[in-house]
Amino acid sequence: MSEREAGLNAAPRTTTQEPAGTRNLLAGLGTPVERTPVPGLQAEAAAFELDDVGVQYGDVTALKGVNLTIPRNRITAFIGPSGCGKSTLLRSLNRMNDLVDSARLLGEIRLEGEDIYAPGVDVVELRRRVGMVFQKPNPFPKTVYENVAYGLRIQGVRRASVLDEAVERSLTQAALWDEVKDRLDKPAVELSGGQQQRLVIARAIAIEPEVILLDEPCSALDPLSTAKVESLMYELKADFTLVIVTHNMQQASRVSDYTAFLYLGELVEMGPTDQIFLKPGEQATEDYITGRFG
Amino acid sequence: MIHPHPPMGPKSPDSPRRAGDVQARFDPTSRLGRRRGPRSSSFRSRVGAWASGGGPLIWLTAGAVSVSLVMVLGLVAVIAVRGLGHFWPAAVVETVYHSQAEGEIRVLGAVRRSETVTPVVLREIGYEIPDEMADELFVRHLFQLGNRDLTGQDFRWFPGPPFTGEWSYPEDVLVLERTEWGNFFGYLRGLQENGHVVAEGEEAWPVLRDRVARARDLRRRIEQIERRGIGSVNIRMERLRLEERAMELQGDEDPQVLAELRARRAALAEEYSVLEAQRLELQQEIQRDAVVAETMDGRLVDIPLERVIRASGPNRMSVTEKGRHYVGKFWEFVSDYPREANTEGGILPAIFGTVIMVLLMSIFVTPVGILAAIYLREYAKQGRFVQFIRVCVNNLAGVPSIVFGVFGLGFFIYFVGGGIDRLFYPEALPAPTFGTPGLLWASLTLALLTLPVVIVATEEGLTRIPRSIREASYAVGSTKAETVWKIVVPMAAPAMMTGLILAVARAAGEVAPLMLVGVVKLAPNLPVDGIAPFLHLERKFMHLGFHIYDVGFQSPNVEAARPLVYATALTLVIIIIALNLTAIAIRQRLREKYRSESD
Ligand SMILES: Nc1ncnc2c1ncn2[C@@H]1O[C@H](COP(=O)(O)OP(=O)(O)OP(=O)(O)O)[C@@H](O)[C@H]1O
Ligand SMILES: [Mg+2]
Repeated sequence: MSEREAGLNAAPRTTTQEPAGTRNLLAGLGTPVERTPVPGLQAEAAAFELDDVGVQYGDVTALKGVNLTIPRNRITAFIGPSGCGKSTLLRSLNRMNDLVDSARLLGEIRLEGEDIYAPGVDVVELRRRVGMVFQKPNPFPKTVYENVAYGLRIQGVRRASVLDEAVERSLTQAALWDEVKDRLDKPAVELSGGQQQRLVIARAIAIEPEVILLDEPCSALDPLSTAKVESLMYELKADFTLVIVTHNMQQASRVSDYTAFLYLGELVEMGPTDQIFLKPGEQATEDYITGRFG
Repeated sequence: MIHPHPPMGPKSPDSPRRAGDVQARFDPTSRLGRRRGPRSSSFRSRVGAWASGGGPLIWLTAGAVSVSLVMVLGLVAVIAVRGLGHFWPAAVVETVYHSQAEGEIRVLGAVRRSETVTPVVLREIGYEIPDEMADELFVRHLFQLGNRDLTGQDFRWFPGPPFTGEWSYPEDVLVLERTEWGNFFGYLRGLQENGHVVAEGEEAWPVLRDRVARARDLRRRIEQIERRGIGSVNIRMERLRLEERAMELQGDEDPQVLAELRARRAALAEEYSVLEAQRLELQQEIQRDAVVAETMDGRLVDIPLERVIRASGPNRMSVTEKGRHYVGKFWEFVSDYPREANTEGGILPAIFGTVIMVLLMSIFVTPVGILAAIYLREYAKQGRFVQFIRVCVNNLAGVPSIVFGVFGLGFFIYFVGGGIDRLFYPEALPAPTFGTPGLLWASLTLALLTLPVVIVATEEGLTRIPRSIREASYAVGSTKAETVWKIVVPMAAPAMMTGLILAVARAAGEVAPLMLVGVVKLAPNLPVDGIAPFLHLERKFMHLGFHIYDVGFQSPNVEAARPLVYATALTLVIIIIALNLTAIAIRQRLREKYRSESD
């Protein structure tokens, strides 16, 4: 524990090169050589620690020099304009970018202190520990039940009682049980978009991961479903570490404990959500959240 | 794009005004209203509006659909009408023909076709047309006269009036379908049993019906004995011979085994003589009756019922009787073996051969094609080499089918089949077992021919599985294998069925390569029977496509064969449609099952 906290404090690094386009915005920042430790974050236990993380797609640098800590059992939000690398950052946390042939990761990402990109790391095992929910609900073309049970089945769980119990627990936790308990054997695609999104959340939590990554989970949902998913995230915080990407400022401010603002592939700042929204440390952050540039 | 939302703005991200904007922009009625302009415009501007509203394009596309539809329906209708009409018992006409050369002859036959001709045509074929009639048009009719054994000419054109007299339809006309020489047309006069008359005139009809039924029954029993009993004995005898020969080749002739073989042969010979005796007895019985009939030229002939398959009096049949006759004929057509150089009888072996070959082809091509496509799409590193393979596969689909036939003959039959013979069937040599065209090689050749179709369709299906579904699978911790086999492949199953449907359609209609690798004009045995191993992959077989070609072009009796060509073609089309519908039904069920958001 104390070791990890020490690691957190040692996070600040130097960002060396900046693309030409970033100059303008970052001009107000001065040169961010030493970053002050994020207030309040020292007290938290870290789930993920990122050291100088960069991602390249072929020749395109999507992300660079990102240093941050994602605290355990908290909700961390990534915000930033489109194309700034939020999804890229999120997907590098469970190595989903491995599926993209051209993607390459620089720097180091540690989950509970272990480098997840070290040779010999079992990616499948990692993804079991770090679940993911995508922007568009993507249930499998199977029944509601089988969608939730899929993760357990491939882990070799065969006992019907165990599966039944896990399905009910996950669906209950995802605030979907009451709506689907009579149609567990119906195709999942027959559910509404909001229900599908909660279903894929149930699918993610069924395998009891440590972290759940959510990439714009509410962008396709109506306000009511959004509210449901948001309160769900609040509930899940007790058992899981959540990382959410969102374009919706209110959402970020409502649900998250910590917010990180990314711009043009770089982390501009990260801090407790209240502070980022009420008293951001950087001009760029303030401009973005007040909608002053675009 | 930066979203300009203030941190504590209204709850909904979309303000009502923006939503309204979007609706106005995509409202189709408002757009059309603007394009069309006022109603009172001139014809020209109305045409212009029609054109700019996409009218011509709609007509063009709808026209293309109609043309295709008309062609398909027309095709099916033509072959259906021509093919199915054949089984209806045609009325038999009696008339008198005044011929300059032959004098007056009585004509008795069924009109098969009629056409209108000019006097020039008639003059060319030897009629004297007086000049005052030179401007008239004449009708001529193709009569089926039957009695090929008596006159040598069972179809003949006769001109209509004034060259022929009144047409009448005598009640006592008898039409016999015979095992050889085609149909007999004449008048029923009586019935004989062992040379003694047992019934005459009108009384003969019911007797005739009963005795024809009896003869048919006997004939069926004889056929049973020949096909099942004697055929099986022959095959087992041949196997014995091969066993003996194999021992001879190996050089270890154990006297005990030899004695055993001899005993088995004796037992078979015993079985054979019993069957043969039974057959002779039945033969004797079937020869008992004969029908006495008068031909159109007034001769009295005896026709043994042994050779009569069906007797009918078409001019005295009611519509129900004709219907029953029709059904019987149709059933015979699809359930019986061909007779008389394929121009009579049924097409059962051809139906059977076609279906079994297509099924075998599917069994061969489906796994190979699907696995190849999965490898190409899911496992192989997408690069130049894979692209090259893909191009090759696509080109394979464009190779003329006869080339596949040549390949099948050279590679499968001579190389593989010859090798199998040398290794496993040396005792039968020089007579080849697998080194000769047969069902297995035909199926394999067609599997090769249709492989590209299955590969391309499957690959297409695999690429269409959304990335998000794959990622969802990986995100819950499945391996690549689990993702591919549990998620991607089931979802691509409908596309695989599409591939199979296309393959079946192509294979069932293919004829050219089959002539090289296994199809014959007449196969003595079906490739499936009751003798182990039940499915005889080495046998030659009949095929509907080739049957059409053979009956239509190689037949000695063109007129008799013509309706059969249509009927066979209709059967082929129906079989292909049936196979396709089955596959489509399966695909529909798979689609329902693996329906995903993206469909
Ligand atoms: N598979 C890929 N191949 C190449 N470039 C990619 C790929 N995925 C993303 N990029 C690039 O990386 C950059 C960051 O993309 P990313 O998807 O992370 O943005 P984002 O912040 O999630 O944007 P949005 O809010 O629109 O989802 C973009 O410039 C994008 O073009
Ligand atoms: Mg994104």
